[in-house]
Amino acid sequence: MLKIKNLHANINDKEILKGIDLDIKAGEVHAIMGPNGSGKSTLASVIAGKEEYEVTKGNVILNGEDLDDMAPDERAHKGIFLSFQYPVEIPGVSVTNFIKTAINETRKANKQEEISAKDLLKKIREKAELLEIDRKFLSRSLNEGFSGGEKKRNEIFQMAMLEPKLAILDETDSGLDIDALKIVANGVNKLKNKDNAIIVITHYQRLLDYIIPDYVHVLHQGKIVKSGGKELALELEEKGYDWLK
Amino acid sequence: MSKYTEDDLKKELETKEYEYGFYTDIESDKFPIGLNEEVVRAISKKKNEPEWMTEWRLESFRIWQSMTEPDWANVTYQKPDFQNISYYAAPKKKPELESLDQVDPELLKTFDKLGISIDEQKRLSGVAVDIVMDSVSVATTFKKTLEEKGIIFCPISEAIQKHPELVKKYIGSVVPQTDNFYAALNSAVFSDGSFCYIPKGVKCPMELSTYFRINEGGTGQFERTLVIADKGSYVSYLEGCTAPQRDENQLHAAVVELIALDDAEIKYSTVQNWFPGDKNGKGGVFNFVTKRGLCETNAKISWTQVETGSAITWKYPSCVLKGDNSIGEFFSVAVTNNHQQADTGTKMVHLGKNTKSTIISKGISAGKSQNSYRGLVQIHARADNARNFSQCDSLLMGNDCGAHTFPYIEAKNKTAKIEHEATTSKIGEDQLFYCNQRGIDMDKAIALIVNGFSKEVLNKLPMEFAVEAQKLLEISLEGSVG
Repeated sequence: MLKIKNLHANINDKEILKGIDLDIKAGEVHAIMGPNGSGKSTLASVIAGKEEYEVTKGNVILNGEDLDDMAPDERAHKGIFLSFQYPVEIPGVSVTNFIKTAINETRKANKQEEISAKDLLKKIREKAELLEIDRKFLSRSLNEGFSGGEKKRNEIFQMAMLEPKLAILDETDSGLDIDALKIVANGVNKLKNKDNAIIVITHYQRLLDYIIPDYVHVLHQGKIVKSGGKELALELEEKGYDWLK
Repeated sequence: MSKYTEDDLKKELETKEYEYGFYTDIESDKFPIGLNEEVVRAISKKKNEPEWMTEWRLESFRIWQSMTEPDWANVTYQKPDFQNISYYAAPKKKPELESLDQVDPELLKTFDKLGISIDEQKRLSGVAVDIVMDSVSVATTFKKTLEEKGIIFCPISEAIQKHPELVKKYIGSVVPQTDNFYAALNSAVFSDGSFCYIPKGVKCPMELSTYFRINEGGTGQFERTLVIADKGSYVSYLEGCTAPQRDENQLHAAVVELIALDDAEIKYSTVQNWFPGDKNGKGGVFNFVTKRGLCETNAKISWTQVETGSAITWKYPSCVLKGDNSIGEFFSVAVTNNHQQADTGTKMVHLGKNTKSTIISKGISAGKSQNSYRGLVQIHARADNARNFSQCDSLLMGNDCGAHTFPYIEAKNKTAKIEHEATTSKIGEDQLFYCNQRGIDMDKAIALIVNGFSKEVLNKLPMEFAVEAQKLLEISLEGSVG
């Protein structure tokens, strides 16, 4: 599904990613771990197409298509979803209105008709239940005055509504207490299927107790220094990152 | 990787051109340029006005001559040469029409371009439209329905003929001839406008609506609107306008007077889209408007405005809360782009006891524009327990525009309670990226953010107007062609 080849990326002329290779197939969950400043969030932003990062070498290929020339919204239309580490506030725009706009813009780009009010409502009801979201929450301004946990839950709710092919969860566990973490992880697990793939970016092993990865990669100074199965996460938890440097 | 920096965003905003730029080719009866007592007399004569009206105009003219153009507003512009303007233009084929078939087809085409075909208006929403096209009203609809309720809704020139006692009593009662330079000028030369009277206890069954349009090159437009809501009545009045694109500056100095007698309520909503000038700041309408309402006991006046046009806007819809327990409200969204300058806000004058006022102002600046809020909250000595709440929010796009807030507060009564809140924010790249990542493109993202920012005000507009206003906000800011 997603192939990353020898990816190098800069921000303000400083090289952050120094040659990343990744191969993610449909139905897989990959965890990317690493210390602060190793380039985890940069990788997520580069895949999503954030402008301030400049790709200097290498490619990101989604289902055989090079994403290089695509704007972030076009990438989203192709099925890339990023759950933000720090979701932004948009005052006056309700969660429902925002999601409806996002769904319809994506459908429009893919030459589909707008979703009917009835279908949208049904879907909202279903996914809100899955993530134990109170209906009142949906009429609030997007992320405005949300607690850290509410923001993250809202990100996963959007993921559930948009049904992406590739979801990148950037430190979704930060700011969540254990109960919220379980709800979110449970939601993600239910959204997982053989046709989509998930990249989980995290500092800690904790989230990986609930979302079980097929592969774990350790990022250090802009490179993947070690890859392995889920047991690698446990090893990291025990030993820290120093032994890999 | 494709890039979309703030510079690109700015560039895109600058490429927005005026959508409603076109002329209508209708023969027109027009005065030569210049202003003196003879011209004032001639205007009055042209309209067959009674002598008291002619005298009132002349008095206004003399007052105007003794005044100087104010320059305290936060705007800079080349002052108009008042002797280089024609003060009267009327469509030549002056129609007295029974049906739309009799309307000049050119005119109908213009309405189509504006998307306000009277035909549609008639059939749809139950909105009665009094269309002011170059100073003389050429079509009035729904008159009969209104007549049955005793509601008078007609061009002010007609009201002067048919209801002189009402006009004589109220014209200049809220905005006196001496009020300011532009109001004095308007009083002297006003061409036409709308008149509305709601009788005692009557709730006007439909939104009353007027579309203004400047159509004749070099013709200043001086509209005069007078709305009187008698005791216990209610009316919602909509005013919207677009103007054709042109090179020279056009002067627009309107006066709107609202009178809400005891227990009456007036809602006055405006969507303003005068030609703002091109992206280099050339051309555009100068909009110097005096709008004021008077509230008697338990009365309420709400001003709601969405301002997107004009090169220069100088406008302060105000409320004089004379009666006890009266309420004044002001809800405003003002958008400036390119070289537009807006100095707009409100005055809330609390004279009566337990009077309340609310001010919500949202300013959006883009391009090289300057957007100022200027507001005065005045609590007089006998206004016990007066309350005011003001909120002024500014949204900036790019680094070359400005947002300014000038709130004045004068309280002469210790029991007054006055609150003022203000915020300034900038549309951030993070917000835009977040929207983009969800599949929402740049234009739509800006529209979404701006509409969210303006929501509290847009919610106050009548439904059909709110949709139009939202579209206007998008057009004014997106400017992304393709």
